[in-house]
Amino acid sequence: MEGKTFEPVLSFHFEARADRLKGVREKMLECATRCGCSEALARDIVIAVDEACQNIVRHAYAGQGGPAVLECRLVGGDLEILLSDSAPAVDPATIKPRDLDDIRPGGLGVHFIRTVMDTVEFQPSPTGVGNLLRMTKKVR
Amino acid sequence: MQHEVTERSGAFVVALHGDVDLDTSPSARKILLECVGKRRPVLADLSGVTYIDSSGVASLVESLQSARKGGSTFALAAVSEAAMRVLQLARLDKVFTIYGSVDDGLARDG
Repeated sequence: MEGKTFEPVLSFHFEARADRLKGVREKMLECATRCGCSEALARDIVIAVDEACQNIVRHAYAGQGGPAVLECRLVGGDLEILLSDSAPAVDPATIKPRDLDDIRPGGLGVHFIRTVMDTVEFQPSPTGVGNLLRMTKKVR
Repeated sequence: MQHEVTERSGAFVVALHGDVDLDTSPSARKILLECVGKRRPVLADLSGVTYIDSSGVASLVESLQSARKGGSTFALAAVSEAAMRVLQLARLDKVFTIYGSVDDGLARDG
């Protein structure tokens, strides 16, 4: 999407802790709705973003908390969601969805993210510190 | 999240209310597994669930597996739209026994 104009629609700084995720979900739902998403689509996007935030809480910061930023912008008809943290770099190869035929607790979050969003990719952090997850979803 | 446990027709009905997420799912898991551990049918009433994430779903899966291992049953009832969407995403809507209402579940499972 380089070269395309984009419209910032959300920049939300939060502490990556389990008890802060409800607030992140509320922000994301309000943002997706404002961007013209149907209620069903907005709620799906909230699921994906919540699961991505959980990965930061559980894996990047290992439950110890730390700063994170949720940024959203409209690029053409796509909602682009950038989720960044300042934790030690996580190897993207270790973040994989599991086989759904294997019925067991856990491991569903990555599957939710990849099912809901059109694109999901880790990008180099512009600051050289932390992790940056970029996700997009066609909303218009 | 809040929960309420009632005994009806020889079964435990565990009603969960609110968001079952990374912050609250440990409580949901604890109460569900406690009930399942008593080896009586357990019906999880999800009508009041406004949001459930992968950790909440994991608690349900763990309860189902624990019930099966103990020779009992674990089923869901009155699943809210929000919870059903997540079960569908996880393709678990065909794995759990899901009743339209608690009364229906008790009539067939309790």
